[in-house]
Amino acid sequence: MIVPILTNISVPKAWASADYFNQEVIEMAQLEVKNLTKYYKDVLALTEVNFTVGKGEFVSIIGPSGSGKTTLIRCINRLVDATDGSIHYEGTDLLTLKGSPLRHARAKIGMIFQHYNLVTRLTVIENVLHGRLGYKSNIAGVLGIYSEHEKEKAIEVLSLVGLEKYVYRRCDQLSGGQMQRVGIARALVQDPAIILCDEPISSLDPSSAKIIMDYLRKIQNELGITIIVNLHQVDVAKKYAERILGFNSGRLVFDASPSDLTTDTIHHIYGAEAGELIIN
Amino acid sequence: MPAVGRYFCRQKLKFTLIFLGLVLIYWTASRITEFNLIDGFRAAPRVITWFFTNLIPDTKAWERFPRILDKLIETIFMSVMATVTAAVVSFVFAVMGSRTTRINTAIGGISRVVASINRNIPIAVWAMVFLLAFGQSGFTGFLALFFYTFGFLTRAFIETIDEASSSSVEALRAVGASYPHIITQAVVPSSLPQMISWILYMIETNIRSATLVGLLTGSGIGFMFSIYYKSLQYKSAALVILSLVAVVLTIELISNVLRRLIL
Ligand SMILES: Nc1ncnc2c1ncn2[C@@H]1O[C@H](COP(=O)(O)OP(=O)(O)OP(=O)(O)O)[C@@H](O)[C@H]1O
Ligand SMILES: [Mg+2]
Repeated sequence: MIVPILTNISVPKAWASADYFNQEVIEMAQLEVKNLTKYYKDVLALTEVNFTVGKGEFVSIIGPSGSGKTTLIRCINRLVDATDGSIHYEGTDLLTLKGSPLRHARAKIGMIFQHYNLVTRLTVIENVLHGRLGYKSNIAGVLGIYSEHEKEKAIEVLSLVGLEKYVYRRCDQLSGGQMQRVGIARALVQDPAIILCDEPISSLDPSSAKIIMDYLRKIQNELGITIIVNLHQVDVAKKYAERILGFNSGRLVFDASPSDLTTDTIHHIYGAEAGELIIN
Repeated sequence: MPAVGRYFCRQKLKFTLIFLGLVLIYWTASRITEFNLIDGFRAAPRVITWFFTNLIPDTKAWERFPRILDKLIETIFMSVMATVTAAVVSFVFAVMGSRTTRINTAIGGISRVVASINRNIPIAVWAMVFLLAFGQSGFTGFLALFFYTFGFLTRAFIETIDEASSSSVEALRAVGASYPHIITQAVVPSSLPQMISWILYMIETNIRSATLVGLLTGSGIGFMFSIYYKSLQYKSAALVILSLVAVVLTIELISNVLRRLIL
């Protein structure tokens, strides 16, 4: 995509040099996790995890319960503080951030939760607008002052996830699948470059789950947002992801495309007994 | 004996011992206080007849009704004031003490301990403490109600915050919201109704307690009762009791309606 632009406009020589393109390749890695290690007191949750994620990728993380999937996701947006290692996101090391730089970094990272984590007593639109708080001053946020543009944007993302009829509905009157779509809208209104999802469909029935996964794919395809999603369902991961990261006891034991996921590798990720149960 | 059998055997033994212990405590206590349950029941009919012959307010009692009403209103206001003031302070302590919203563990621990001390000192003891410090006055009663209520509400609010808002607090933290944002946009909307419900409960309780506290601190309706009682004007004292019952029931009714509206 870059090449035609370069031929059409005159660019400084330095840009066109091989160095420039190398740098471009490095910058393609939007998220770069290096030697990430996490201890909860003396429980080792992640050991020396290394991987990179390119812009616009759809990555799925699988692994048995307690293998560290949630911990990894939460280390990225600093809901959990890693013990060691680094996480570079668009060039900055997230693990060193504090105060308002941390807030600004988080504002650019969306997150979707298994239990939706909405303020259920508030309306759909109020919950979606919470996604803008990362960009707000203390006073504006405390008073809940949002610009017209932000409100329009909120309505727009709500219609993107098919909730245009529920804008003023209180969230405790929605179904699980609808609440999760509010969760997606809240993440989208952040204008994120990446969305982290921690088991977004584990509390949903199969048809709502499919709707949610289809929206995530749509977001990736149409908006070019990177999606990283923890899943318990290997078949879902295979169907939607372009790349799968497999964890076992805090170690990254598999990093390849879904087509490389064979019975053997599944055994490797989940342990010997689980293989037959998952693949059928 | 198999392990499971031993386990249940031990459980049964434990409960038997606890039961026997309770019986022993009751027996000892009744010996010491010379209280006998059977005698207590036997006295009941006599108490009831005495009630109806001596505690029906007469015309003299009704003449005093406006003064009683005055004191009653004073007591209600004092309870409401003490509760609301305590609620504001409690909210701050609860935000500091809640696992979800505390700034750090040290401040969290301190505010929990302060609240717990306040809560565990009975309200009558608070009244005595302030009686020594400030003498008999309405303010003394206010302070006693305030400190106990503060301890109680802080604990209730901490539980409310942890229960109602921990998940949405996490979500707001993840979007980059600041601490004031999180408190006002997630904690307050999700916990406020439950908190108001606790405040209403505490107002009800405090109107009852204020009467007892008033006996000690010489204020409000409790003091009025003790004056009538000590000057042997039982029928006026009875009117005080009856109007208190009416007030307590009314307040409970009102707060039930309010609860239904907000929850
Ligand atoms: N707050 C915590 N305190 C102590 N240990 C924790 C904490 N959170 C997670 N752990 C431990 O860290 C390890 C990894 O947990 P994590 O929640 O990341 O696993 P997971 O892969 O998400 O599991 P699941 O599939 O069940 O959600 C587990 O051994 C877990 O017990
Ligand atoms: Mg998990």
